Amino acid sequence: MEFKNTKSIFTQIGDDVKDKIMEGEYTEEGKIPSTRELAGIVGVNPNTTIKAYAVLQQEGIIYTQRGKGYFVSQGAKETIINDRKEEFLNEVLPETVEQANKLEISFDELQNYLKDLYHEEK
Amino acid sequence: MVSINNLQFSYSKKATIIDQLNLELDPGKIVGLLGKNGAGKSTFFKLMSGLIHPKGGSINVLNETPFQRQPSFLSKLFLVPEEFELPPVTIKEFVKNTSPFYPRFDQRMIVELLDKFELKDNLNLKRLSYGQKKKVIIAFALATKAELILMDEPTNGLDIPSKAIFRKIMAGNFEEDQLIMISTHQVKDIDTIIDHLIVLDNGGVIYNESIFDLTQKYDFLKVQQLIVAETLYAEPILGGYKTIAPKQDQDDTQVDLELFFNALINDYKKFI
Repeated sequence: MEFKNTKSIFTQIGDDVKDKIMEGEYTEEGKIPSTRELAGIVGVNPNTTIKAYAVLQQEGIIYTQRGKGYFVSQGAKETIINDRKEEFLNEVLPETVEQANKLEISFDELQNYLKDLYHEEK
Repeated sequence: MVSINNLQFSYSKKATIIDQLNLELDPGKIVGLLGKNGAGKSTFFKLMSGLIHPKGGSINVLNETPFQRQPSFLSKLFLVPEEFELPPVTIKEFVKNTSPFYPRFDQRMIVELLDKFELKDNLNLKRLSYGQKKKVIIAFALATKAELILMDEPTNGLDIPSKAIFRKIMAGNFEEDQLIMISTHQVKDIDTIIDHLIVLDNGGVIYNESIFDLTQKYDFLKVQQLIVAETLYAEPILGGYKTIAPKQDQDDTQVDLELFFNALINDYKKFI
């Protein structure tokens, strides 16, 4: 059995904000909920949402305007895509290849399958 | 806000319930208070709220001595007990008669919270189920905006949807200058809303740490094979083990409170 370990709650909150930026629910230069509002919406401790936003700020994904709240940074989406691309290529893909090897799926077989998948997506 | 030294309490000479308890707490936290049955959680809340007199040691809460029960003290504290009696009046009358004791009481908040719990204020308290009464008293507790709110098993009796509402209400209505302590056995009901953990065992505090620090110290992992040398505690699950290990990975893992509690009860000295 393969286990996926659960990320800490504050990391999950950060990932959720990034997902919403990726999907266009939060737009660049647009306002996002305050740490307090978010705490009430998802039911997590406000200190946890504060920590999550602090990390997002460090990463340049969001910024704060005193008295006005939190906003999505210009170029945030590109930053997220680049980070996630790196994660995909360095972590997800090697894991998939390892799985494929275990299951004795040849490179050609995998390549053909991937081609089909790509066609379906388009 | 809370300063306790060598606190001692027993109902009889034979069994000491609170034994040499020490604790310092600042506001701005929602604290989970965990302990086995009979660990002294409810007794501890009674001592903090001045319902019983300590047998030894010192206890200072909100800069006062609880058992003196000064009006100034009682107006800054609210205890949600596990068992309670409410008068046979409507919710509206109860709020009207009881809220004046709390100077920071928020009339708008009580309306909003009762609405979230789907309770109409013309209902008579004597006709409510245990779970509904519990919701009234939880909503009332938060609306007092008391500096210290103690909740003893607040989710007992709440149905499944109400537990999610409870978490949202707690997280969304908590002020920086407040300290909320929740004692419970239902760790899943509160694991996202607490940011601090206190564990009582044999009448004393065996663990007192912020949840964030916990995530920085330990990895909570699910593994197929156990590497004993790197594991502090493990429990078997389907297909492998749930483990606690000293933090290695950069990524934080989600604290498994139930597992951590069991690990502390097993041998808390490993985690100090």
